[in-house]
Amino acid sequence: MTEKSIEQIDRVVIRFAGDSGDGMQLTGDRFTSETAALGNDLSTLPNFPAEIRAPQGTLPGVSSFQLHFADHDVLTPGDAPDVLVAMNPAALKANLRDLPRGATVIVNTDEFTKRNLAKVGYDSSPLEDGTLESWHVHAVPLTSITVEALADFEGLSRKDKERAKNMFALGLLSWMYHRPTTGTEAFLATKFGSKPEVLAANLAALKAGLHYGETTEDFAVSYEIAPAVMPAGTYRNITGNTALAYGLVAAAQRAGLPLVLGSYPITPASDILHTLSGLKRHGVTTLQAEDEIAGIGMALGASFGGALGVTTTSGPGVALKSETIGLAVSLELPLVIVDVQRGGPSTGLPTKTEQADLLQAMFGRNGESPVPIVAAQSPADCFAAAIDAVRIATTYRTPVFLLSDGYLANGSEPWAIPDVADLPDLTVQFATRPNGVDAKGREVFQPYARDEDTLARPWAVPGTPGLEHRVGGIEKANITGHISYDPDNHDHMTRLRASKVAGVEVPDLEVDDPSGDADVLVLGWGSTYGPIAAATRSARNAGVRVARAHLRHLNPFPANTGEVLRRYQRVLVPEMNLGQLSLLLRAAYLVDVRPITQVRGLPFTTVELADAITAAAKEVSS
Amino acid sequence: MSTDLGMPRTLTGISAVPSLGEGEALTKKDFTSDQEVRWCPGCGDYAVLAAVQGFLPDLGLRRENIVFVSGIGCSSRFPYYLDTYGMHSIHGRAPSIATGLAASRPDLSVWVVTGDGDALSIGGNHLIHALRRNVNITILLFNNEIYGLTKGQYSPTSEVGKITKSSPMGSVDQPFNPISLALGAEATFVARTMDSDRKHLTQVLRQAAEHRGASIVEIYQNCPIFNDGAFEAIKDRTQQQARLIHLVDGEPVQMGVDGERQTLVRRADGGLEFVPEEAATTETTVGHDAGAEDPSVAFALSRLTTPDKGQVPMGVFRSVERPTYDDLVRAQLEAAATTAGGPAGPAELQQLLAGNDTWTVQAARS
Ligand code: SF4
Repeated sequence: MTEKSIEQIDRVVIRFAGDSGDGMQLTGDRFTSETAALGNDLSTLPNFPAEIRAPQGTLPGVSSFQLHFADHDVLTPGDAPDVLVAMNPAALKANLRDLPRGATVIVNTDEFTKRNLAKVGYDSSPLEDGTLESWHVHAVPLTSITVEALADFEGLSRKDKERAKNMFALGLLSWMYHRPTTGTEAFLATKFGSKPEVLAANLAALKAGLHYGETTEDFAVSYEIAPAVMPAGTYRNITGNTALAYGLVAAAQRAGLPLVLGSYPITPASDILHTLSGLKRHGVTTLQAEDEIAGIGMALGASFGGALGVTTTSGPGVALKSETIGLAVSLELPLVIVDVQRGGPSTGLPTKTEQADLLQAMFGRNGESPVPIVAAQSPADCFAAAIDAVRIATTYRTPVFLLSDGYLANGSEPWAIPDVADLPDLTVQFATRPNGVDAKGREVFQPYARDEDTLARPWAVPGTPGLEHRVGGIEKANITGHISYDPDNHDHMTRLRASKVAGVEVPDLEVDDPSGDADVLVLGWGSTYGPIAAATRSARNAGVRVARAHLRHLNPFPANTGEVLRRYQRVLVPEMNLGQLSLLLRAAYLVDVRPITQVRGLPFTTVELADAITAAAKEVSS
Repeated sequence: MSTDLGMPRTLTGISAVPSLGEGEALTKKDFTSDQEVRWCPGCGDYAVLAAVQGFLPDLGLRRENIVFVSGIGCSSRFPYYLDTYGMHSIHGRAPSIATGLAASRPDLSVWVVTGDGDALSIGGNHLIHALRRNVNITILLFNNEIYGLTKGQYSPTSEVGKITKSSPMGSVDQPFNPISLALGAEATFVARTMDSDRKHLTQVLRQAAEHRGASIVEIYQNCPIFNDGAFEAIKDRTQQQARLIHLVDGEPVQMGVDGERQTLVRRADGGLEFVPEEAATTETTVGHDAGAEDPSVAFALSRLTTPDKGQVPMGVFRSVERPTYDDLVRAQLEAAATTAGGPAGPAELQQLLAGNDTWTVQAARS
């Protein structure tokens, strides 16, 4: 065996692509865990079809998982892969156009049969006809080597053996990038604990992949990427949906409230329901409802009873829940509505990301119906965003929108695990005694009397003697809460509800402007955080002066927003919609912000944003 | 994979709800709110409200532990007139709101007030799911066979051919039989009563409240404004006896005035029919058994109802025990905590956040 060389590199983007049934998400997840354990910073982007099993070997059936890791801080899953692992012709065809020339392609040659090639419209094999000339190709008969390596497993069918090929690929990549495999071995032991032969086969396939890298001349070089310098702390890797679920649980515990989730399964939000349904020990009740409307109804009923009511959904579900959100606005009870946004309208692109529900969250109800909106900016940030949404809901007794999206939901990144004791104290005070006197001087409970600072009304839960009262969706008389059709009262109550939401305490918008004299500001919200930060960094490296700010709160906006916008000659607002935040900003501040928009179901690339920034900077300086 | 949920079956609908202390008692007045009742003069809702206000003290529960949730419609104003906790929600959704409340608060007696439009039209889905889940709530379905609040359109219980503002040539909709619907939805307690029969109403309500699980009580309610006399055939004292079929547990099912009494028997083909009392044999007579596991006889009884109210069964069709949704939900929470060695606190939360794969970055030395 010849001595192989090891190269030190600072970053790499790998994309695993295969058929939906090839286990690419699992392979990607395992590689990510191994990478996280080595201390690299990272960001991931799973991309899978909406169909559970689209026809095998076809383009619609391709599932992929992209991972970007580095020895420095990573802000996005990477614009383009440096390495593509293609498990079949469909995976190659679907992903090749994203691959810069000179990048590495590892292909499973066993799948490049005439039939499979024909399925995706290849007349000849791209492995032989020069199609891949400009790329560095490793042609590996992944399936047959795996099957051969498992020859001794007599109890397994050929199909079972073939199924282990993703572990072979993982082993090979682990060798290439010096990833440890102990975590994966432990993972497999748990997953296949009850099937010892399948477990042994998967382990053997993993080893075979490692060994293949070590011994085959085709793979001459392996790579090392030093750990990233990250702030001290204990880290784990986490997806947005998991972080969001944990944030809700942590917030409920800090508030001293039982968490009650009413939810109807919907992509890409269902994983939050799954995660929370496994946390019963933490006092979490999950009610899988008959529909979206019942999901939020159950949550609101629980809130009325003194629990933290939460409902989780995506855009189409929000449309169905709108009337109940309006009821919650009128009842002035805490409620968190989680919208994991996906491509729309209608069913749209269930598994692809978009940020096009902002205006729905803001205005998607009848009447004047203000609801605070909080948006998460990265997968791990879903934790803090959830806690903030609960803070607003419980403090102001209001429904709150928590916006995530498909990219955050399934993407992952390292997360410095917070100390539970350091999380904000969200202790809630229920009403316990009468808060007013009636005309006859008797003590009474006034359900719509308000706290002077927050304008929140008292939360008086059933079971509290002396505070029996009725709430409802018909307009309430100020203070007493009786039904009222009085014109002045309605005007007053409408303004009170608006003032309450406008007065929600949110921190000022922070601007990142290292040179201090930028003329261009890039303002974003939600999951564009990573691409915007990466793009401004890249533009600055190229000498462009650019400032950057990101909105966590979309309603109300931070108090200094207008002042920040006016400080710059040009404000760019990148969004994965057709300019919804731009519309709100223009309306609120009369500033001519410039939208940069795309709705391709994928996050912005660093390059496209960096180019837009550079162009804007040039324009204002000339 | 399914698992035995092993629930005890000894509780009543209100056994987890705190009751009044020794010597304490409440009166109808305690359950009457200070709000002026605003139904139309002569509306059947008044009688039901009076019956409920009069009957609630008998339950002996603490007033603050009773909650009425309603949807939209004339009857849904009900909670405003009761001095308990209450929520007047949105059209059709009360059962889902009540489900969330009941699942998280075993110490409450939760009531849903709804109408034929609210429960069977816009909220049909929530109604059937609340029933099949057997949530411990009591549903009062005021059936006036018309839309009252929107001023007189046909409802899902209006008879075919009904002339209304929205059906000038007669409604072409086949109506629901609410009792049949509830039985089909796996309901464990199903009854029918009438606004004008205070005694029967109270009796049925008591059984419904005490039933642990979802109880649904269809209350025939006259709307003098838009559907006056819909139930006249069974309210008129002279005709009533001939038309009402009183379901009495353990008794044969009978109809008709003395001398012309008819008894319900099972035909050879399995169907049910009324025959003169003396023609019925012990073998063929259908004795009413509300507790029968199999709901098919209860269903057959529900089908005796005729659209013209010429023949109407009244009383409890079905009352069986089945573990309730809210009890099962809470039992799983408790079981999860017990298995894990107790409910989770901050330490367990910390563990949860960390998961199984962590790594530590040391502070960089300066
Ligand atoms: S419209 Fe009919 S049901 Fe409604 S309040 Fe008037 S009488 Fe009663």
